[in-house]
Amino acid sequence: MVEVSTRETYGKTLVELGKENKDIIVLDADLSPSTMTHFFAREFPDRFFDCGLEEQNMIAIAAGLAASGKTVFASTFAVFASCRCFDQLRICLSQPRLNVKIVATHSGISVGEDGTSHHAIEDLALYCSLPGFTVVVPADAIETAEAVKVAAATYGPFYIRLSRPKTPLVYPEGYHFTLGKAVTMRQGEDATVIAMGIMVARALEASDILARQGIDCRVINMPTLKPLDEEVIGRAASETGAIVVAEEHLAQGGLGSRVAQVVAREKPIPMEFVNLKDSYALSGKADELLQRYGLTAGDIEVAVKSVVKRK
Amino acid sequence: MPNHIKVPPEPASQANIFNLSIEELKEMAKKLRRHVITMTATAGSGHPGGSLSAADIITTLYFKAMHHDPQNPQWLDRDRFILSKGHAAPILYAALAESGYFPVEELATLRKLDSRLQGHTDRNLTPGVEMSAGSLGMGLSFGIGVALAAKLDHRDYRTYVLLSDGECDEGQTWEAALSAAHFKIDNLTAIVDCNRIQLTGWTRDIMNLEPLSQKWQAFGWHTIDIDGHDFNQILAAFKEAEKIKNKPPVIIARTIKGRGVSFMENNAKFHGKAPTPEEAERALKELE
Ligand SMILES: Cc1ncc(C[n+]2csc(CCOP(=O)(O)OP(=O)(O)O)c2C)c(N)n1
Repeated sequence: MVEVSTRETYGKTLVELGKENKDIIVLDADLSPSTMTHFFAREFPDRFFDCGLEEQNMIAIAAGLAASGKTVFASTFAVFASCRCFDQLRICLSQPRLNVKIVATHSGISVGEDGTSHHAIEDLALYCSLPGFTVVVPADAIETAEAVKVAAATYGPFYIRLSRPKTPLVYPEGYHFTLGKAVTMRQGEDATVIAMGIMVARALEASDILARQGIDCRVINMPTLKPLDEEVIGRAASETGAIVVAEEHLAQGGLGSRVAQVVAREKPIPMEFVNLKDSYALSGKADELLQRYGLTAGDIEVAVKSVVKRK
Repeated sequence: MPNHIKVPPEPASQANIFNLSIEELKEMAKKLRRHVITMTATAGSGHPGGSLSAADIITTLYFKAMHHDPQNPQWLDRDRFILSKGHAAPILYAALAESGYFPVEELATLRKLDSRLQGHTDRNLTPGVEMSAGSLGMGLSFGIGVALAAKLDHRDYRTYVLLSDGECDEGQTWEAALSAAHFKIDNLTAIVDCNRIQLTGWTRDIMNLEPLSQKWQAFGWHTIDIDGHDFNQILAAFKEAEKIKNKPPVIIARTIKGRGVSFMENNAKFHGKAPTPEEAERALKELE
């Protein structure tokens, strides 16, 4: 599969948007060559503000700009965009519902060698807990470009979670992202895997493996965590009778918790969860870490088999 | 209409419709202080001390210094007042009501269920409130965003941010201080309501801030030290601040917590405690 950087796509999409809309302002916190907002900075230096290592300040400045009519994109690493400035997100963006898009890169353990301090694995729990926030985790570069454009065109606070490594393309050119809608990537009858972000490609790989063993596995990409596509979840529960949720996040408060709430209410069925459970990860190469901490296609395969047995 | 919804540019508003004399400002400040006492006593909770210390500064802003139009709270060219110390909401509500943003009678609903006057400021609910606050230390950053927007849009409104001295404990205040100087924000005036008392006691005992002016200077600000209860000094400071170019100005206003009510003055007990009905009666007599 072709691999493309989601953050590079983000940076280039920002430039496109900046050309169309002069009210788009971009902020960063001394990480623009990594978050790739530097493309925008180069093109529109007057509309780019590097806030230095001041993430809390950056969020509140973004709020002030948004309160004055601007559409603000603010970027840093996911770990700092969530844990470092949570109170600012709550008071300055969530409660007043201001038009700020936090686009964070370097999420999850696929950050790799930088280790625990740089692995954002609780960011989705934090952002999903904020009333008014829309939370999007694109699966590839094509979906990233779409999601960033939709965020720019939709009023209100957004969190978009991107990765450090290049990500395999799971969509063809011309794919159209709809906010709040899941995408059934592959039909299937025996079980459903619901995944997001980098886990979508792995879920597709797992379903290939399972198909060879006679297990017909549905794969759903859930790019919008909030608001959640509850209808697709309910249908998957009814039609396949077993669900596995795969995410690069701690067990609590992410996609798994959110899907389980819907399943519990709509159609209780056996579920399994492929995630980082309840612990931090260490330094290592991205692929080594994904393997060590149980986020491979093989881990999804095992989870599907075990959930199917419980049907 | 909730004020987070974008509104189209509207016809020109009346600028600076309030232009009280010093004597009138004194009377108005007294009136606002009386509202603070009545509101908090009626609510049975709230923050009178820091509301009273800021009364003269806020009176000067709303009734003399700022260009604003209570009939048109979303006027794009209005000067912005950002109350960073959100617990002083009662004094802001009093100024907003007396200048005409909403009926004075509504002040009696402070902190009550379904009131537009929340315990701490809420920009979605209250006409004239620019920022939702209450978690200290965020207002200066927010103000920088508002001031940057003015520059980007070539609008000449001014942004005023009122901080408490306690907020100078917060790291974010100094992040904001660094960045305002770095971005050469000269269309914003910060005011520190330096009443020398924070929640539990004197700032010098809880977390010493002095020498405070020198700290702001070291961060690249133009500082103006004044008596925050002297209307002439407050007005002169606002004028001086407007003349500063390429660096941000801050007014270090030396004030008295609980100012105007003898038993509340310099008394940390009345930081976050409403007066009892008897105390309110005594206070109102002193403020006649
Ligand atoms: C981040 C944060 N921490 C703690 C509080 C609780 N609190 C409310 S007011 C206050 C201190 C009051 O002193 P100061 O900030 O100087 O305000 P003023 O004297 O002007 O009322 C504290 C600690 C808060 N509102 N926000």
